[in-house]
Amino acid sequence: MAQKKDLQKTTFVVEGVCGMCKARIEKTAFGIKGVKTASWDIPSHQFQVLFDANKVSIDDIHSAIANAGHDTPLATAPDEVYENLPMCCLYERKKKVE
Amino acid sequence: MKTILTFLLLLFTLSVVAQELVEGQLLFQENNETYPLEGVNIYWLNSINGTVSNQKGQFTLARDNSTDQLVLKYLGFKTDTLKVVSGKKIIHFMKEDTGESLDEVELTQRRKAIQKSYFEAQNVMQVNSAELLKAACCNLSESFETNPSIDVSFSDALTGTKQIRMLGLSSPYLLITEENIPSVRGASQIYGLTFTPGTWIESIQITKGAGSVTNGFESIAGQINTELQKPFSDAPLFVNLFTSINGRQEANVHVNTKLSDKWSTGFYLHGNQRSLSTDRNKDGFLDVPLAKQLNLFNRWQYTNAEKGWVSFASFRFLDDQKQTGSIAFDPETHMGFTNEWGSQIDTQRFDASLKVGYVFPLITYQSFGFQAAYNSHDQSAYYGLRQYDIKHQSFFGNLLFNSILGNTKNKFKTGINVAWDRYEEMVDGGLYQRTDQVVGAFFEYTYDSLEKWNIVAGIRVDKHNNLGTFISPRFHARYTPWERSALRFSFGQGRKAANIFAENQTLFATNRTIRVQSNGGSIYGLRPEKAWNYGLSFRQGYTLFNKQGDITVDYYKTTFQDQVVVDWETARYIQFYNLEGRSFANSFQLEIDYAPFQNTSFRFAYKNYEVKTDYLDGLKQKPLQPEHRFFANGEYNNVNQAGKGWRADLTYHFVGEQRIPSNARDGINFNSNAYGLWNTQFTRVFSPRFEVYLGSENLTNIKQTNPVVGVDQPFGRDFDASVVYAPIFGRMLYAGLRFNLKK
Repeated sequence: MAQKKDLQKTTFVVEGVCGMCKARIEKTAFGIKGVKTASWDIPSHQFQVLFDANKVSIDDIHSAIANAGHDTPLATAPDEVYENLPMCCLYERKKKVE
Repeated sequence: MKTILTFLLLLFTLSVVAQELVEGQLLFQENNETYPLEGVNIYWLNSINGTVSNQKGQFTLARDNSTDQLVLKYLGFKTDTLKVVSGKKIIHFMKEDTGESLDEVELTQRRKAIQKSYFEAQNVMQVNSAELLKAACCNLSESFETNPSIDVSFSDALTGTKQIRMLGLSSPYLLITEENIPSVRGASQIYGLTFTPGTWIESIQITKGAGSVTNGFESIAGQINTELQKPFSDAPLFVNLFTSINGRQEANVHVNTKLSDKWSTGFYLHGNQRSLSTDRNKDGFLDVPLAKQLNLFNRWQYTNAEKGWVSFASFRFLDDQKQTGSIAFDPETHMGFTNEWGSQIDTQRFDASLKVGYVFPLITYQSFGFQAAYNSHDQSAYYGLRQYDIKHQSFFGNLLFNSILGNTKNKFKTGINVAWDRYEEMVDGGLYQRTDQVVGAFFEYTYDSLEKWNIVAGIRVDKHNNLGTFISPRFHARYTPWERSALRFSFGQGRKAANIFAENQTLFATNRTIRVQSNGGSIYGLRPEKAWNYGLSFRQGYTLFNKQGDITVDYYKTTFQDQVVVDWETARYIQFYNLEGRSFANSFQLEIDYAPFQNTSFRFAYKNYEVKTDYLDGLKQKPLQPEHRFFANGEYNNVNQAGKGWRADLTYHFVGEQRIPSNARDGINFNSNAYGLWNTQFTRVFSPRFEVYLGSENLTNIKQTNPVVGVDQPFGRDFDASVVYAPIFGRMLYAGLRFNLKK
């Protein structure tokens, strides 16, 4: 018997610009075990995710997306990953969270 | 905590950018309480600069140089666009969008694409109500005049009923559904499309090729689904009046009432009549039948968007009467005698359906749906001395469950259907009775790579008392090789029981002798039909002189493994037999869409059909099936935001040569001439509430001069009113008005 699911939904802002960012962000999210559905809205930069909290934590989701190059309120993308994004994806970076 | 952090970060960023800031608060009022709206998408129109409101509904956003239009978007609420004035704090109340949230919970497989989609695996074309207004469009059978994927032809010289074809195959090979419940089938196969008034239609979805497994095994060449008006979203009052010079009048009235925030009901009334006898070609026969139809529809809608429930209960009653034949024919005195030839077709129909859908809260990708429908169809008809009565009762039930495998890239649908059909037919004094029962189960898997690929793979198993137990696979894939393109591939198998008399009712408008070469099969002594359909389609968007357009190329192939061949090849006879040899329909279509100027758009299509069957005397193109067709449509629309302006529309159909089956008029190996038809319509839109239209069908007055073969001796053996390849009536002018009361 599989362990009981604890489905949770959350919304936060993920930095990004274009359709390529959308594909990258969503692909990253879907690659995380426990993520049921995810979508990133281009104009508002709003990222919505539904996940099983018994399989993945919200912090893991933030850091996975950041590791793909997109800053979130809780995690910051490594500089070298950000710098390797295609030109059109280079969003304006906020001051790093210390 | 996280939200506060987000908010602080946002504030921080915004203060770094030295630009004018727009501040605001978004609220929502219910039962005299005011609530803040958190998470509203706020962005400048046509821009990527935006933000999200915080817990208190507040937001701050840098001013955009290019626009002062601020868009506020929130799921379940009406999207607002505000004009922003400098230095003023925005406090805005948003309104719930009942219509939109309804769409969210609707469980049928309604497709969201507004037109042909680049992203779906299936080749679906969505026809919205705006497109339906382009033609005279009095009922569903006339709704396809401006659509290149569907060909409209004439069934016979008597009833004037229009027949539709897709991929070179006639409507029995299409699955025609009404809100995903199979509708035009069995007894209603020929006239059923005329039983749905045009104004009741909200939208039509046309799927080319094998279709989905969820609606049954019957679709071979494609599926046409009609969504009807919903009481919740239709105008409280709608009135449409129509009149044409061939004496047809129509009236449509819709009344929709909201009974509470969850319940609403709609009454839809349609009446039409044609009481004017016309015989412009002076052959002594009516050009168009005398007709009367009364059609009543009542539906109840329950929507609870909060809990995720939506339900419809619908009831419908139809009475349709047609009289045709010689001008002098009077049913009272001439019926059953041979001094005047006449025909009457009376149909009563009752339909009831129930649909219930539920979407799980939070996990919106998981849902279930239940549908049940009962129909009773009772037609009594005579054609001269021939008789054709059919009673058809049917029950359909469907239970559907949608969910995911792991995540929403992998979705599935599964469920069961049951169907029961009872047929009783009286054919020239002979009684045929049959009951069909089927139980089926299906599973359909959808994969979405989020980028280049989509796959829909389905399989169903059915146990049918007359068709046996069998498996039907269906497969659709979409691949995007580069920007603005879509390559689609599909294959699938479909089967059906051929209702030979109901599907070929036009044969009674002839004095041909019926021969059924039975071979011990389960349906009229014939084996059921079985076919594979394969399709390949490519669509490419382009920009020319800064304006957008697209090109679509389709090639579909249908190969019959078993078919009931309808053989008109011998004069004075119509024969039905199972296929021995080959039968296929290959269709090629090239379509180009382009909008060269603002308000103006064009659509061109060339279609080639190779529809061949091995008849007793060899492989031949299907009779009355043109090999070449060309379609062009131009549209002008300058209706402005205030809802005032003009709409104009011009359509051209070129119909190539058609092979005419042998008959006393044309002999054997006769081909009809090619011809072109022009249709046009002008609409003056006075306000969103009121518009008047004027139009013409067959503007250049193309006519088939002698549509009825053997018209001098209608009770003789050569009489045949089925050989119709061009319009009979000639130019038709019509006018109408539409009035609706907006909410």
